[in-house]
Amino acid sequence: MQTSANDQAHWRRTTRLMLTHLAIWFFFGYIVHMFVNQLNEITIPVLKFPLGFYMAAQGSLIAFVVMLFVFARQQDKIDREHGVAEDD
Amino acid sequence: MATQSAANEAFYKQLGKIYGGYTGGFIAFIIFVAILELMGVPNVILGYLFVFFTLAVYAYIGVLTRTMEVSEYYVAGRRVPALYNGMATGADWMSAASFVGMAGTLFLAGYDGLAWVLGWTGGYVLVSILVGPYLRKFGAYTVPDFLGFRFGGNFARFLGVIVLVACSFTYVTAQVFGTGIIASRFLGMPFELAVFVGLAGILLCSMLGGMRAVTWTQIAQYIVLIIAYLTPIVILSTQRYGIPIPELTYGQAIAEITAREKEMIAQGLATTANLKAHIVPFQTYTPLNFFGIIFCMMVGTASLPHILMRYFTTPSVREARQSVAWSLFFIFLLYFSAPAYAAFSKLEVYTNIIGRDVASIRPWMFTWGELGLIQICGKNASSVQAVIDACKAIPNHPGVVRFSDFVINTDVIVLSTPEIAGLPYVISGLVAAGGLAAALSTADGLLLAIANALSHDIYYKMITPLRSGARYTVVGLIFAAVVGAIYYFLPGASPVAGIAWRWLLLGGLAVVLLVVAMFWPRSTEVAKRLIVARVLLLFVAIAAAATASTRPSDILAMVGWAFSLAMAGNFPALVMGIWWKRSTTAGAVAGIIAGFGLCIFYLVVTRYFPGFGVKYAGMTSLLNPVSGAPLVDIAKAMALPNAMESFPGLAHPLANKVGWFNLNNINCGLLGMPLGFLVIYVVSLMTKPPSAEMQAFVDEIRKPRGRTVLEEKTN
Repeated sequence: MQTSANDQAHWRRTTRLMLTHLAIWFFFGYIVHMFVNQLNEITIPVLKFPLGFYMAAQGSLIAFVVMLFVFARQQDKIDREHGVAEDD
Repeated sequence: MATQSAANEAFYKQLGKIYGGYTGGFIAFIIFVAILELMGVPNVILGYLFVFFTLAVYAYIGVLTRTMEVSEYYVAGRRVPALYNGMATGADWMSAASFVGMAGTLFLAGYDGLAWVLGWTGGYVLVSILVGPYLRKFGAYTVPDFLGFRFGGNFARFLGVIVLVACSFTYVTAQVFGTGIIASRFLGMPFELAVFVGLAGILLCSMLGGMRAVTWTQIAQYIVLIIAYLTPIVILSTQRYGIPIPELTYGQAIAEITAREKEMIAQGLATTANLKAHIVPFQTYTPLNFFGIIFCMMVGTASLPHILMRYFTTPSVREARQSVAWSLFFIFLLYFSAPAYAAFSKLEVYTNIIGRDVASIRPWMFTWGELGLIQICGKNASSVQAVIDACKAIPNHPGVVRFSDFVINTDVIVLSTPEIAGLPYVISGLVAAGGLAAALSTADGLLLAIANALSHDIYYKMITPLRSGARYTVVGLIFAAVVGAIYYFLPGASPVAGIAWRWLLLGGLAVVLLVVAMFWPRSTEVAKRLIVARVLLLFVAIAAAATASTRPSDILAMVGWAFSLAMAGNFPALVMGIWWKRSTTAGAVAGIIAGFGLCIFYLVVTRYFPGFGVKYAGMTSLLNPVSGAPLVDIAKAMALPNAMESFPGLAHPLANKVGWFNLNNINCGLLGMPLGFLVIYVVSLMTKPPSAEMQAFVDEIRKPRGRTVLEEKTN
């Protein structure tokens, strides 16, 4: 049994979306925190958080939550466009 | 399917009403207790009211949602809406370690503690994009179910069960332990008895209704725990900075802490050597271990069976994805508040304790000092006089509390915040109820994961299909192994009249078997499955309590191990099974054995056989993250008579302090997981590609539309 062209296209787009989100995840999970000392030089005005600390305590967390809601929407759009989404 | 959607909507609306009413009722209850406090009812009674009222509510939900249907028992009938499943996952996820321990870790470790915050949130991204929705489409009851199907056979299934039991049991022991700590601290019960009260609560929630009961109680528990966690700190933030959003105002507190740290060093109250500045990174963990913890906790999240199985309960794949997003949102509410607890407590300690005249210590700490959780000048800070005497005994003591004089147990940070803020006892009772909810909900989910794997995968999928002769042999062997293990490992005295654990458990086992034997011949197949599931649940729970009552130390490390074990054992096989069609049975089996094996080897050797590790496995001492010096002098320690001791206590000079590449054993998944991937890849390429049917099956789980792959006629 061969995978249909539509299914292949669907999976290609799904994979691309996965890699995009994995890259963003890696950036917020690791890359930003490698520069914590440099970022700590900057202080967020009014709130007075050092930026490096803030990113680990709140910034990255907010990014993860937003990412997940966006991902659910994007993947659903891909599924619908290829006719493989579930009925509402 | 418009009708189903309409039915869903009605169900959803009804749920909103029920939980809305419940939240209102809970707040009314808090006000009621506050009024009782004003009327002069003693604190102990208020504490009991909180704990027993909430336990009664959970038990009531548990009894109300009892079920005799297999799919209700294992996956709550697959009709839990995304938002509610998110809340339930939040409670499933946040344990005693999150609720009580995390703020304490952040207090002590400052920036480095944030590794746990990051690691325990970012993993949900992996759950959603790599694993969760696909397992939902597959239609499994348990994670080993998927491994067994995808990697054709009971061997992969059995390995999955071993990984599951290893990581979940480590984790659940820590939870039962946490329940005991909270109950004993707030109710003044003996620790062992408190463990049993907690256990009764756990069983009431999960015994009768399985996943269905656990789901609806976890939602109730989430509401209690989040109200309890946020209330004290919101009030504290309003008192100090006039804004009821602590997550914004604690930046100010951090700025004050940093200024005070410099001042303390300038005044000679602390030295640059013993004070860890709050915002400076890599003083507790080296960069490798810091990022290692983040990575292991994240990947572990996407491999822990009790979390993955929560996404089996949603009505659709789409809702499984939304549900992951909601889960993280609800978890986030607690996690981004934890650093605020740490900052406010630290500011209080730095400004109102350190540098103060010993005679003018703030009274909130004496309750904790009496319990031995706060020490000043090396003695429990139980009263002003005790502190003065203790400090006088130290030669050349300046009469003010120095940084090095002050020792605090990390559990106190969250528990003492209401008192620091000068709040009435009702808030402390609320926090206790919240901590209990956190520990109970996680323990419920874990116990269910273990019992489900044993009853579904081992009993139903592996033992029932055997011919009757073989079946009796297998059951007999397992039974003998269980009895032997109980007899061998649990000789200690239990809290029940001092009878030894082993006799208590074996007696219980006999009674349960007698009862089951009476009903067995008359039961249908479905009833038999559920009876087995419940008996196993009961036994796993008691075994966890027996292990917990021996007080294994350091909850955070145990939880960390659970994540690393899950990561090394499950993650490569799950991801490759879904994302690479070419991965074969042989590859997966070899990969699980290699990855999980290496991780558990590293863990067990560094913790329990460190002498062996140094002598034969080339391990060296871990290094101090700041100075880079070895933690122990290996040559000296190896010369000691106890160097080669097996199963040493934590006091052993080498235990947990040796390893390869300066890698902490919490991070053993970092060794196991890459090896797992590599072995799956190489062995798969060396073996014949999977059959066309299997490849079509993989195509099928990648598309949300259509029937679940594993449909079972159960009702």
